[in-house]
Amino acid sequence: MDAHNNDPIAQYEARLAELESKVLRLQEERSKSAPTPAVPKKFFERYAIIGIWILLIALFAFIDSSIYGSSRFFSWTNFSTIFGTQGVLIVLTLGLLLPLTAGDFDLSIAANMTLSSLVVAILISLGSPTLVAVVLGLLVGAAIGAANAFFIVFFRIHSLIVTLGMATFVIGIAKWISGSRTISIFGANPTLIGWVNQTRLFEVSMSFWYALILCAIIWYFLEYTTPGRRLLFVGRAREVARLAGIRVASVRALALICSGAIAAIAGVLAVGLNGSADPSSRIGLLLPAFAAAFLGATSIVPGRFNPVGSLIGVLLLATGISGLQIFGIPNFVQDLFYGGGLILAVAASQLVRRRQPMEFGS
Amino acid sequence: MQKPPALQITNLSKHFGGAVALDGVSLSVSRGEVHGLLGQNGSGKSTLIKILSGFLAPQPGAKLVLYGREIPLPLTPGQFRELGMAFVHQHLGLIPSLSVTENICLSDFATQNRWRIDWRGESQRIRRILTDYELAIDPTAKIQDLPQVDRCLVAIVRAMEEVRSAQEAHGGEGILVLDEPTPFLPRIGVEKLFNLVRQLVKKDASVIFVSHDVDEIMEITDRATVLRDGRVAGVIETDRTSPEDFIELIIGKRVTAYQATHRKKSTDRSAVIVNDLSGATCRNVSFDLSGGEVLGLTGLIGSGFDEIPSLIYGARTALDGMLSIDGKETRLREMNPEKAIGLGMAFLPADRIGASGAGTLPITDNMTLPSMANFARRLGLDRLGMRQWAQVTGGAHDVRPNNPDLNLENLSGGNQQKVLLAKWLELKPRLLLLDEPTQGVDVGARQQVFAAIDKAAREGASIVCASTDAEQLAQICDRVIVFAQGRPVTELTGERLTKEEIVFQCYSAQSVDQTALVE
Repeated sequence: MDAHNNDPIAQYEARLAELESKVLRLQEERSKSAPTPAVPKKFFERYAIIGIWILLIALFAFIDSSIYGSSRFFSWTNFSTIFGTQGVLIVLTLGLLLPLTAGDFDLSIAANMTLSSLVVAILISLGSPTLVAVVLGLLVGAAIGAANAFFIVFFRIHSLIVTLGMATFVIGIAKWISGSRTISIFGANPTLIGWVNQTRLFEVSMSFWYALILCAIIWYFLEYTTPGRRLLFVGRAREVARLAGIRVASVRALALICSGAIAAIAGVLAVGLNGSADPSSRIGLLLPAFAAAFLGATSIVPGRFNPVGSLIGVLLLATGISGLQIFGIPNFVQDLFYGGGLILAVAASQLVRRRQPMEFGS
Repeated sequence: MQKPPALQITNLSKHFGGAVALDGVSLSVSRGEVHGLLGQNGSGKSTLIKILSGFLAPQPGAKLVLYGREIPLPLTPGQFRELGMAFVHQHLGLIPSLSVTENICLSDFATQNRWRIDWRGESQRIRRILTDYELAIDPTAKIQDLPQVDRCLVAIVRAMEEVRSAQEAHGGEGILVLDEPTPFLPRIGVEKLFNLVRQLVKKDASVIFVSHDVDEIMEITDRATVLRDGRVAGVIETDRTSPEDFIELIIGKRVTAYQATHRKKSTDRSAVIVNDLSGATCRNVSFDLSGGEVLGLTGLIGSGFDEIPSLIYGARTALDGMLSIDGKETRLREMNPEKAIGLGMAFLPADRIGASGAGTLPITDNMTLPSMANFARRLGLDRLGMRQWAQVTGGAHDVRPNNPDLNLENLSGGNQQKVLLAKWLELKPRLLLLDEPTQGVDVGARQQVFAAIDKAAREGASIVCASTDAEQLAQICDRVIVFAQGRPVTELTGERLTKEEIVFQCYSAQSVDQTALVE
């Protein structure tokens, strides 16, 4: 630059460059100090949810024993019931994680589960072998996911709208094929009940252990496989993913199809757990699944939908509800817990993100 | 007695810290005049516009007189409306899904509460206004259904109507500032726009026309003020000035050449051949590159050079064209990023967070995105290995701070770019496509980015760099092609490859006759 000392343009540009580099240096300095908070804070953020869960258990146990003089809450019988009944919701939440990670909502997941469970129950009650019924049930779930994917990816409609419509549509089919009745499999062939509910490990229904296995599989898929990492990029920065040669449309479609199939697994477990299926009682699981997924995203891997966080999210919400019900607080507490839980979970994660506006899918 | 001028600014200065953006500038615009405002990027043009629109406060001592009335500075944002000024920027500020009528009424609706809107009356009023300006635009048409030209005209009419309603209180006919309205318009559209401008000044309004384009300034303006280095380089009567003098005034006296880096390269220009490439703006562009060559593409905004990297990569679909890499031919219409990577291409878009990297994911994930398959083991991805690799690669590219767990958005612009360049360079691409690689990158990091590009070229990669930064092109390129109106017009190599020559060619290229184009 020495050669142009007398040139006003060069001088001016040198001045500007100096200023620019100063600003950038300052920015860098700030960013250097900002994103590495003290270790305890990070640790707290990651595991706060487990702490809250333990606190909640301790609180209920204390109230139960000191005020009511009983140990109805803090007993393995109670916890094995909590775990056993939550397997279905855990599986449903895990199914939801895949499209959420890819940046799409799936509001049809509970309806999908309802229809799949009815298909399985009807087939079994008509005398089909249990395994055939289960496989067909999973295919129905995957097909609903594929239909979602078709409208979302091909027509480029927002997933919220497609899956909202799909949910009601699927419930319509469920009412139609069941004649709006409860279909029981007790009389026909109770094999599935044996697989899911009568076999127990540590007195906990197998449905919970199946859910744990699925949780491990999904965790492994998201963290340790290339398709799992691609899914993350598709959700976070679609254009970056596309320019890196990722087939964004197929990735999104596969996530939706898998979520449909996993919803069907939840449906199968529900049939095994209850011995029957009906077209209305499981629709209400949609919101708890979302609440648990978002609650899970505030912890373990903060800021990311993650299976372990979701698992604990489900158990935390279920423990709270169970505790309050033991003290005779009526049923509406479920709605308060799940609805409030969803909003508070997202609000908490927004605080971590310093209230930047949320972007979600397209 | 002569009426006072519409707008008169004297002694206008603006400092940003130690840097002087404007230094004692004056500007005088008469009634019924079209006044050009020209200058290079960084000459102070946009600072001046921002002071007028109230976004920036000038240094004390400046004086602004409108129609003989002194207005205290600084202006508050939005005050320009009451003063009878209006601005039309390149982003026109129209709502595409609403009709022409609704868009023109928008500012009224934003500021007034009306409980009964007389749509038929409004529609007739707008129709009358459009006829008044001799515009054949349907007031019920949606903006998104209009061609770009008509959208621009609607924006100008809206601005003019705003001025008019505010001006009734003050006298005087209003001042309209058109801030580079033409780059994306075809020639016929520019013609229409000029007709409208002439209509406006006939009614005694004044227009300040900001542009890069010397030809357009020559055609439409009565006088022009040229800014250079934050000062007024000259005020000229357009009729009496030749385009050459104009350009001389804009870029100032010539200064000594920068030294371009010299690499040994093969003279065989067949490593990469692009044939007959057409896209949204560029038409039938052909060029070729040898291995180890850095080719620069430049031109003024809207000349079409900037879309070429994304068209070659398939990030945007080309209308037509063929690409050959090492003799392997591909139709560019069928190109997509996946194929492009398979052919050994890499593309670094200008939009760093958004198209190039994921801001909310860690450096490790961003860096290993294209090379993830290398870390697949029998038991799944080697996450530890990925992190270590990112650490080593980050160190090699001098990423600071070199912490692979940080999210990309927490790095400075320069360091983000180092990370993103590293992710592609580690693939050893045959053809590296860059779009404004040093935008928002500080000086130190800029040199490191240049060094990385230079190293890739020495290792045999062919590199295409689209940029408006002439200094950068002169520094890193072996050859620069200057574009105008979607076509290559000049090719600069060797001694002619200087910053000044590039700028000069960019400005004068617009004047070149279409028949004299380089094939």
